[in-house]
Amino acid sequence: MATDVKDERTSSETYETAHEKSSVFYDLYERKSDLKQQTHYCPGCGHGVVHKLIAEALQDLDLQDRTIFVSPVGCSVFAYYYFDVGNVQVAHGRAPAAATGIKRACPEKIVISYQGDGDLAAIGTAEIVHAANRGEKITVFFINNGIYGMTGGQMAPTTLVGQKSTTSPFGRRPANEGFPIHMAELLATLQAPVYVERVALCDNKNIMRARRAVRKALELQRDGAGFSFVEILSPCPTIWGKEPVAARNWVLEKMVPEFPLAVFRDRKEPLPANGAPPQRPVAEVLGINQGINNNGNGRRTQPFKGLSINIAGFGGQGVLLLGQLLAEMGTEQGLEVSWLPSYGPEMRSGSAHCWVTLSKSRIGSPLTAKPDVLIAMNEVSLRKFADQVPSGGFILYNGHTLPEDFPMPQAQVYCIPASAIADKLGSAKAANIVMMGAMLEETGCFEPSTATRFLEAKVKNPTLLEIDIKAITAGCDAVDHQVNLGPVSQPDGFA
Amino acid sequence: MRQLCKGNVAVMKGALLAGCNAYYGYPITPASEIAEAAARFLPQVGGTFIQAESEVAAINMVYGAAAAGARVMTASSGPGLSLMQEGISYLAGAELPCVIVDVMRGGPGLGNIAPEQSDYFATVKGGGHGNYRTIVLAPASVQEMASLTMLAFDLADKYRNPTIVLADGFIGQMMEALDLEYVECNIPAKPWAVKGTPETRANVVSSIYLEPDELEEHNRQMEAKYIRAQNAEPRCEQYCTDGAEILVVGYGIVSRVLRSMVEKARAEGVPVGLFRPITLWPFPSKALAKAAAHASNILVVELSNGQMLEDVRLALSGRKRVDFYGRMGGNVPTVEELREQVEARIPSRTEVFAGGIE
Repeated sequence: MATDVKDERTSSETYETAHEKSSVFYDLYERKSDLKQQTHYCPGCGHGVVHKLIAEALQDLDLQDRTIFVSPVGCSVFAYYYFDVGNVQVAHGRAPAAATGIKRACPEKIVISYQGDGDLAAIGTAEIVHAANRGEKITVFFINNGIYGMTGGQMAPTTLVGQKSTTSPFGRRPANEGFPIHMAELLATLQAPVYVERVALCDNKNIMRARRAVRKALELQRDGAGFSFVEILSPCPTIWGKEPVAARNWVLEKMVPEFPLAVFRDRKEPLPANGAPPQRPVAEVLGINQGINNNGNGRRTQPFKGLSINIAGFGGQGVLLLGQLLAEMGTEQGLEVSWLPSYGPEMRSGSAHCWVTLSKSRIGSPLTAKPDVLIAMNEVSLRKFADQVPSGGFILYNGHTLPEDFPMPQAQVYCIPASAIADKLGSAKAANIVMMGAMLEETGCFEPSTATRFLEAKVKNPTLLEIDIKAITAGCDAVDHQVNLGPVSQPDGFA
Repeated sequence: MRQLCKGNVAVMKGALLAGCNAYYGYPITPASEIAEAAARFLPQVGGTFIQAESEVAAINMVYGAAAAGARVMTASSGPGLSLMQEGISYLAGAELPCVIVDVMRGGPGLGNIAPEQSDYFATVKGGGHGNYRTIVLAPASVQEMASLTMLAFDLADKYRNPTIVLADGFIGQMMEALDLEYVECNIPAKPWAVKGTPETRANVVSSIYLEPDELEEHNRQMEAKYIRAQNAEPRCEQYCTDGAEILVVGYGIVSRVLRSMVEKARAEGVPVGLFRPITLWPFPSKALAKAAAHASNILVVELSNGQMLEDVRLALSGRKRVDFYGRMGGNVPTVEELREQVEARIPSRTEVFAGGIE
């Protein structure tokens, strides 16, 4: 691995400069309650080093005024004490998701997600994987010290095999806890990330290598390249129970063999272009101030109070569509309308029905337990809903006759062989339109010409449109030539 | 402009008219059409739509976008809302404005996808950890799916607090005439946001207050804002409450069925009136107490085991008899069913109740 690390700063002058506090840090850490001149990190902790590398890079790249730093939950929860940039503190593991929201809102800004191993590699696994997979143009610094620091030394997903922690007191046992998770390698299996590297704070050479990785990741974000990720193996002397120097050596001797230092992704070719749809004004996108609908300027000559309709059949018979057509016509005619579908498993398993209400006054319940009209497109629907239609209402049944064993319902029944009629016209799919024609003829709620006009606006295929228009007339004729079944007390049908 | 529109789609139409420019969500029936409409509309107006990997991620994306000052929203249904509760607590704690739409389905657990009103507690009473409130608006029509979503954005910004639009499967799935007009929206400045600019460099968005005194002060300041909202924002609709001896109380789809029932009952001389809360938090307690002043019996109807019922009883402080009729599992009561419930409570036909609650 990093055997011959060279850095551009070799003179004694720049060596001194490197020890100056970056202007990206606050002079005094006012957000801390006490000890405002020092950080809350323990002596020898890797966070202090990484903070410094990031602050220096932001200063040198002139990014301070453009940067938003996302602090996680963990020891670095208080990163906003130190970084004099825009700061957002977020929930445990969710930094990549929050950073996504920030970056999408401010695409020109530098968004940094800074996370530890519990945060990123345990509770936040989904968020980091998917932010990387979307290629969010953010930079993630992942501090891997193999332990939960802030909560007092519990096992992390990166804890080494055999390593003791308060929740793996006998050492991590792969049979019980699995193996250390390799996040850099894992993310490098994804297509979108542009840069993935693992570095270690184990000696000065490697710290300088980490310094270059931090810079490169931020430069890539500055240039809009894509998702960049730097995993940093980092000492935690306090929890490990080691002196700072021993802890640094432990990173080199124990962690590096498990987590190899390497560049896992350094993408040169650009990512595909955005491909956003053409931009349009909001009113146009929402269909406001356009289209065929208006505030009831359509003409309806027949007397009409209101109507509740239950339409039922198989999925694919245009049941929901027929309901929508009626509701749309009602909307155009200035009526109050409601269309309520049966939704969910039913619509996925082959049967469909919807309730439609047309009214001159405000509609209360869109549910019609006693519909004025039932359009039953199949026998199942007839059997299920026929009893709901009260005397005075009527049923349009898609068939030549009622099923032999079917008891005569209290409502009037018209048998309209809509599927057969539609089939003759050229498409069985027009059966719903045949039924609409029959319903319009029987109720007079809309002129057939209104329905024709709607179909002309909606049906783009001229052959189908011709069939649909014929279907309306055929439906009207069919109901006229029907011998009424059921009670004859309503000879004029519904009105 | 009047157009036939589905309730869920109307949510996004209202959102765009309110200047919403970001949506982060995860599909779930019966709320998915909101995400689908967002995916269709937002990219055409320079906005962001992301289908997140989970509701957990979605609400945290909302958190990030809100922190950066965006008008942002998400939508889900019960199980997804449960996953979002952590994020909602953080949003409230960090005082970030956003809109969350819950199109309720049957629960608990996976339940089913039919309409229920069983997320009342989860939204009105919290659900996440800590001392916080969410403003909750309950639309009862497609028109209100749009207009209350628009109001939700304004209230969220006004109080710097998450606002929930609490609908149900029927209101989300049904189509009605929607009347919309394009008006340039007024989004207030958000000087507290973190935007990656020199002016906002000193800003920090956070819900962590390590010192007990600081956190207590933060909570007290939030409480003061909630009291302001309680005084200014309760909204309700009343129908035939004048002289009502029986007052029925319901929100969302239930209020529609109740309204039809009241209309028919009044036509037959039954003195029944409808009180419909539009804001579930803050609950319109004062208006309810007034509307109930002359009623001998209050009947709360919900698609739940009795959740808003508790707020009705609190509002009336034991001064009135408050009964409950609930349906669950996706069953929505019919007009006739509710009529029977009212008939059984007409004072002249039952024993006069001495007072107090059941």
